[in-house]
Parts: sequence; C-alpha cells; structure tokens
Amino acid sequence: MAEITEVPSPFCGIGTDDLNIQVDGVALKVVKNGCAINTPAFEQVITDTLPRVEGKEVSLEVAVAKAAVLLKDTNQPLIGGCATDVNGMRALLALADRSGAVVDNMSFTGARNNFLALQDSGWMNTTLAEIKNRCDLLLVVGTDLESFSPRFFERYLWNEESMFLDDTSKREVIYLGKAPSGEASTSPNGQKAKVFECANADLPEVVAVLRALVKGNPIRVDFVGGIAVTDLQSIADKLKAATYSVVTWAAGALAFSQAELTVQTISEMVKDLNNRNTRSSGFPLGGKEGDQTANQVCGWTTGYPARTRFSSGYPEYDPYLNDANVLLANGEADTLVWVQAFNAKAVPPITTLPTIVVGRSGMTFTQEPDVFIPVGTPGIDHAGHAYRMDNVVAIRLKKLRESGLPSTFDVLNAIEQAL
Amino acid sequence: MLIKLTNGAVYDPASGVDGTKQDIYIQDGRIVNKPVGDDPVDKEFDLSGKVVMSGAIDMHTHIGGGKGNIARILLPEDHRQDPVARTDVTRSGCGHAMPSTFVTGYRYAEMGYTAGFEPAVLPINARQAHMEMADIPILDKGGYVLLGSDDYLLRMLTAKKDQKAINDYVAFTMQAAKAIGVKVVNPGGINAFKFNQRKLDLDEQNCHYGVTPRDILQVLATAVKEIGVSHPLHVHGCNLGVPGNVNTTLDTIQGIGGLPMHLTHIQFHSYGTEGDFKFSSGAAQIAEAVNKNKNITIDVGQILFGQTVTASGDNMRQHANHKFASPNKWVTMDIECDAGCGVVPFKYKDQNFVNALQWAIGLETFLLVEDPWRIFLTTDHPNGAPFTSYPHLIRLLMDRSFRNDVLSTIHPEAQKMTNLASIEREYSLQEIAIMTRAGAAKLIGLQDRGGLSAGNWADITVYTDNVDRQKMFEKPDYVFKDGQLVVVDGKVVSTKWGTTHVVKPDFDASLEKDLQKYFDRFMTMKLGNFKISDDEITEDGRGSLTIHPLNGEVA
Ligand SMILES: [Zn+2]
Repeated sequence: MAEITEVPSPFCGIGTDDLNIQVDGVALKVVKNGCAINTPAFEQVITDTLPRVEGKEVSLEVAVAKAAVLLKDTNQPLIGGCATDVNGMRALLALADRSGAVVDNMSFTGARNNFLALQDSGWMNTTLAEIKNRCDLLLVVGTDLESFSPRFFERYLWNEESMFLDDTSKREVIYLGKAPSGEASTSPNGQKAKVFECANADLPEVVAVLRALVKGNPIRVDFVGGIAVTDLQSIADKLKAATYSVVTWAAGALAFSQAELTVQTISEMVKDLNNRNTRSSGFPLGGKEGDQTANQVCGWTTGYPARTRFSSGYPEYDPYLNDANVLLANGEADTLVWVQAFNAKAVPPITTLPTIVVGRSGMTFTQEPDVFIPVGTPGIDHAGHAYRMDNVVAIRLKKLRESGLPSTFDVLNAIEQAL
Repeated sequence: MLIKLTNGAVYDPASGVDGTKQDIYIQDGRIVNKPVGDDPVDKEFDLSGKVVMSGAIDMHTHIGGGKGNIARILLPEDHRQDPVARTDVTRSGCGHAMPSTFVTGYRYAEMGYTAGFEPAVLPINARQAHMEMADIPILDKGGYVLLGSDDYLLRMLTAKKDQKAINDYVAFTMQAAKAIGVKVVNPGGINAFKFNQRKLDLDEQNCHYGVTPRDILQVLATAVKEIGVSHPLHVHGCNLGVPGNVNTTLDTIQGIGGLPMHLTHIQFHSYGTEGDFKFSSGAAQIAEAVNKNKNITIDVGQILFGQTVTASGDNMRQHANHKFASPNKWVTMDIECDAGCGVVPFKYKDQNFVNALQWAIGLETFLLVEDPWRIFLTTDHPNGAPFTSYPHLIRLLMDRSFRNDVLSTIHPEAQKMTNLASIEREYSLQEIAIMTRAGAAKLIGLQDRGGLSAGNWADITVYTDNVDRQKMFEKPDYVFKDGQLVVVDGKVVSTKWGTTHVVKPDFDASLEKDLQKYFDRFMTMKLGNFKISDDEITEDGRGSLTIHPLNGEVA
C-alpha cells in the first residue's frame, strides 16, 4: 500500500492539488483533503476492464475495429461528451477532422452563455491566486458556489494569509439571486454572507439595475425582482468602494433563456467599475469534467470552442446548430461517439443511432451501446493535463495506479488509425 | 539517405557566404561535407538559378499561450474569412490573424520558416504555451519566460535580496517553465495595474512595493547575463503606444549601463509628440542610440494595414488602448500573482494618421539601423500584423520604388511627418538572411541552426530569384526541415515534429525551500506541481527537448 501526496484533482474545477490518496492495488482512498466531489470521484471502483461489442466482451483490437467500421459507414458522425484530458481531446479532434464529425462538449449549452458574451463584447477577468490574495469583496451571482466547489471558500477566501489583505476574515461576501446551501461562505470570525434572493427569471432585471446603479443612473422603482433598490444601491456602493472586487457566476447555473445577456451585463458592469478608479474582475466558474479543457484544445486546434463541425472539411462553429441534442432530435446525425473519461454517471443520450461509448469504467446503460470501450480516468489511471476553472492554469494530472485501462487518447487514436 | 542540393546561390551569413554557387549535402537530418568516398547520392536537386538560405527563424511571434487562445476564441468572424480545409497530409484549421496551431506550422513552413519563438510565456501558463506549440507541426519552437510583475520577484526586491538570490530565482523559473530566454513586459506595470495604477514610468514606483521599472530591468538584465543565458533580457518597455515614449526608450537604453538587452517591437516605443497631431516619429533617435550602443538589439514590430488582433501581457496598456478596439470587444486578465494579459482586436488603416505614421516609423527603424545582426524582422505577430505578411514586408525593405509607391498612398499628413521617401537604403538578400536566419540563431543562442555549413541541422529554404521579392519570399521552391522535404512550390507536402529549444541554468537548491513556503502560503498549487517535467514535453512521442549551452560552456 502506498500513499501519494499532492494529488491534483480534475473533478472539482478549482484545481485542488493537496489530496493524499492511499493506493492498494487498484483501490483508492482519499485520506486527506477530500470533499463531497473529489472523494467519490477518486474512490469509484473499476468494474469493466474489457470492451464490449453488442454486449459481449471482446479485446480492445476487436472493439476498435468495430468502431472504425461503424464510423466508416456514416455521413454525419457526432462526437458528444468530450470530457477528457488534453491528449484525449487532441485525439478526439483528430478523429473528428478525419471523419467529418460534429464535436460538442456536453457542458456547452451552459458555457454558451459565457462564449456569446465574450465573443460580443469581451470581459475583464481574474484567476484564483489573485482572488486568494486580493479580493476584498466577492459578489456571487445566481449560483450556489459551495455546492459547485465545496472547498472554494476554504482555499481561496478564508486562507490564513494573503499578500495584500491584513485579515482575510474581513472579506465581504454577497449573494445575489441564489442563497448559499451551507455555511462555507461564513467567515472564520462568524460574519455571514449578505444574501439577496430573487427568482432566476428576475436575475436579468436585477443585474441590469445593479449595473445602472454602478454607473450612477437613476432608477425609478423601489423594488426589482423582490429586492429593494436601496439594497442594490448598497451593493453598488460596496463594489465602488472595494479595492479589488470579484464578481462570480456559473454559466450553467443561469438556467433561463438568453442568460448570455446577463453574463454580458455582469461583464460590462465590471468594466464600468474599472473606469471608476477602482479595480474589479469577473470570475466565471467551470473547469469540471474537462469542459475548459475541451474548449481550450478545440480553440487552438480549430480557432473555435468545442461545438464545432468538420463536415465541410474545415471547422465551422455554431453555438446553436451544432448542439448534439438538437442534431439527435432533428435526425441530422447518423452515428454517436460518446467520450466521457471522468464521470461514469454521465451516459450518452438515448438514441436509436449506432453508438460508440468511450467511457469511464463503471458506466451502466439502460440501452447497451454497439461498442463500449472502458478507459482510464486522467489523473488516476494515467498522467495528463486538465484546465481548472480560471482557464489559465493547466494542472498536471498524476498516474496513481496501474489499472491497465487504456487512455482516451490511446483508444481514439487507434480508431482514427483504423479508418 | 544522401541528398545533394546542386549549384544554388548560397546566402549563409553564419559562414560568410554571400551568394556563391555551392553544393550542399544532407545526411541523417544534418548538413554534411561532400562525402569523400563514392557514397551514392540518393536524391539530387538542381538548384541553378535558385537562392538557398537556411530555414528562417522568427525570434518573436505569439504562437503559444493563453492570450493567443483567448484571441482565437474572441474572433470567430475572423476565422470564417479564412477556413483551411484538411488535405491528405495536413489537418484542417483556420488562418488569418490568429491561426490555429496546425495552420501556424504549415503557413510558416510555406514561407520558408522552420522555427518560431513565443516571447511571452507566463510561468503559470507555461504548460499551455508548450501544449499549443506541441501542436504546431514542422517548426522548432521555444519560449521566453515572463518575469518582472510576479509578486515573488517584487517581494525579493523590496526585501533587498542580493543579486545572487535573484539569479537563482531566474534560473529556477527558466527550468520550471522550460524556457530559452527571459522576457519582461512593462516592468512591474502589470503588477501595478492590479493595484489600480494606470501608468508606470521608468522611474515611477509601484505603489505597494516601492520598486521602479528601472530597478527591475537592472536586476533581470544582470541575472540573465550572470547565469550565462545567451539571449539577452528581452524587454517590452514602459509606456507602449504612448506619444512621447521615445524618451522612455532612450532612457531605458542609457539606463541599462551596457548590459546586453533586447528591445522588442521597438516601433511601438518610438513615438514623439511633435506636429499638429502631437504624434511624431522617434525612429531616427532610436536608430542613432541603437547604432551607438552595441549591447542593444531590437526587433521592429512593424505594423501593416488591415485587420489583426493584439495580444499582450501588458494588461495595463491594453486596458488603456481598449477604446481603439475594432471590432469593439476586448479582454484583459489579471493572472495568478504572476502576470496578466490583454487582447484587443485592431484594424490598422492607411488613411488613419496615427496608423500610417506607425507604418512609416517601423520602416524608418529598419532602414536607419545599420547593423543587420542587431535588428530583427518581426511584426510582433499578430500585434502589428499576422506573420503571413512577412514577404510583403521584405519587399518594402528590399525595393525602394515599391516602398515609395505605398508611401504615396497613406494618410497625407503622415507622409509629411516621415523622411522615409528620402531614405535610399534597400536591404540585400544577405542582410535579409542575417535578420531572419543567422542573426536570429545567434541572438537566441541556438546551436547548429541558422547556418548552412556542415554540422548544422538541415533546415534549408530554396527560393527562385525574383525581382518581386514578395513573390519570391511567399513561395519557396523547397523547404527542408531536419533534412526532410516538407514544402514544394510553397505547399506542405509532408510534416514532422520540431524540437523545443531550452537552456537549463543551475540554481542553488536552497531557493526551493523558500519558494515552497511562498507557494503554500499564497499560491494555488504546490511547488512540485508547478514545475514542468521533461515528460510533459516528450511523453506523447512527438516532442523533444534540445538543451543549448550557456555562455562559456562547450556544446
Ligand atoms: Zn510580442
């Protein structure tokens, strides 16, 4: 039995790399710094070790050959999931380029709220270490941050020391929209976050009024979305008075139509603050199950984020038309490849199309795919790289055990070579 | 396999060959002497009437790292103008302002380039820079690691740590980030912006640390020299783009006191405040200072007209310039107590007075600096223009009448503010070969690259001599990379993977104790996870590391 220290996690999005993990054969146990997300994700046992074709166990070679046959016969393959490490995405994009597939990361519909805002007007953002050392006011919009990232507050807000704040427990936390589900945002000296709740559907209006107040525009109503304008005024005043405020949101949590406009309003408000003789930064949350990784690698390989098609022989990006669910619903795809190396529960959508699943060992299906190839998990079964939520830092994932499971790269590369 | 290149006119400044007809032999990826025995030649290329140079080296081009990928994601409309389809030997992608990685490699190779160096590798983002460069085919690559706005260095300066301690930190960071050089961008200014300072002059203090840009330049230039790194400190100075910054630049040159220093994209730092528009050329003063101070090298950062995107570590200046964004969208980031970045799309217009004069200032600089070994051909890709405009730029330098024709079409007030029309100089082929080959290899400290004598790697470009230098340089007949024929008639015919060039300067291991404490207290990852291992470059079976000697070491 061995204990591996300083283990980085690809699961929680914040790039925690202080886990201690005990390795006993192929069994893992998180013995230090686990959390509700990381511990089960690391400890999940290996069940499948052999690929299956039509439900029957076969060798990897047979499964790869069968997958290649299925792909050869297609007019419009669709590669969904796209949840893997950097090398896995490299192989995925090479396969997509060769087979003329559509590539769609499974979290893209949420992330689209960010991409549309970014591609229309841009933003001023920051990263985790800046938050840890500078942030004196954190405004959380429409998101339950601690259920998204259980250790965010412990690691990046209530850290004992920071370079530029005398007392980190004096940082202020404000929730706008959603209330926190627990006490993680309460400071070590007991100061609770201020919470201004409203319905999701009212967030666009609430955020628009907050921006107007930051700019000093007059507001002629007393309440928006049930929140008193005087309360929003106090948030605006705090943002203007802060030395380095940070405004954070999870694009996927803004589950209402045209939420990209709310992301844009937030981002423009941050720009406004920076024109008012103070500093402020946006901080979009993400970084789970390879979402940022998929978009980064697709970005440098094609110029576009990971909702891109290769059916014309060159990459074409469309954040709506290349949606895997839309393509399946409209009968526009004729084969589905599902790639999910992190989460055995994230199974492919139910479809009558020929389906190839390259998935984490332990996936269970209500409908057995034509080909299932269990793969190792990056950061457990093989080394690799994954981007954390701030999209700047790629963490170096470690190999923790010898499971014999192939990597996503190995499998997709073999399928591409067989085409 | 023995390849013979017969009877080409060879321009090899590294060995003083200036257009002489010579045969070149290639074996096992390297250039070799004429075989003494009767080794059969497996393949012969008749190069009569052709010009032979080594593969070109771009010593400053933004081809890897986070800000470039932000620029890509930001501009889908730019990519749609230039889709690149897959072929039997090449991957699909996009081109124009910020091409995809694969297309970057193909298009550089198709212009005869065989190496490119990313000048702004943030230590914390170095993995990304190397991962992107690992997906650039054909080219060799390398990076200059960014220091000077990182809080660790500024804390060292405030604590008055001695030069030896700073040397150790610089050497450690070069190793951790797998770099071949060290760059500083708006020294201390990226950091100052995080404290809400909006400008930082050479002698202005960072409000938190009390450290000035001049202090930072001094210790970093000294460190680079003392640890023996060939490439001098690579400096993107203060006040980028600010009218009057010519004085800052001259002061920077004087202030460094004879230490080796490379001033990058100096065009953006050569502006006076004369004339009706309070914007004028400082190129003559800069050229005079460069000519006089032999410790100084520069690259130009020429602007060329059209749409591009600027991507810089200098978030302070990029934020100030966001009002010129075209299209009107832009990104800045504060990054990890390490650095920052700013991405602002730009459209340089020949009928805009400022843009037109920027164009002229760059060309004046090229033509007034006398020593081609100390000036380098760049557009600061993509900041002044995409790298694909190099053949056009070469024609502007080599062909005075063409240059003056273009000059006569730009904003009339800009024409009045430049003496470009009166400059007679035309660059020779040998001078172009110095700037883009031998000089660049020497500046970076590359062993066995940038020359055509026996022992060099066979990175070779063959052009058809043509008085239209743009046509000549945009479509080489042949390009060999490590002896493999990769381009024929300006099109990629095969691909391979280049190497990553690094240096590995030693440092006192006790430094890591203090760094570890710093990482545990203030950073967001463990020191052990921060350092990039050799495996990360080589484990995919495509990448390799080439370690170059430090000054005074034997290869
Ligand atoms: Zn540059």
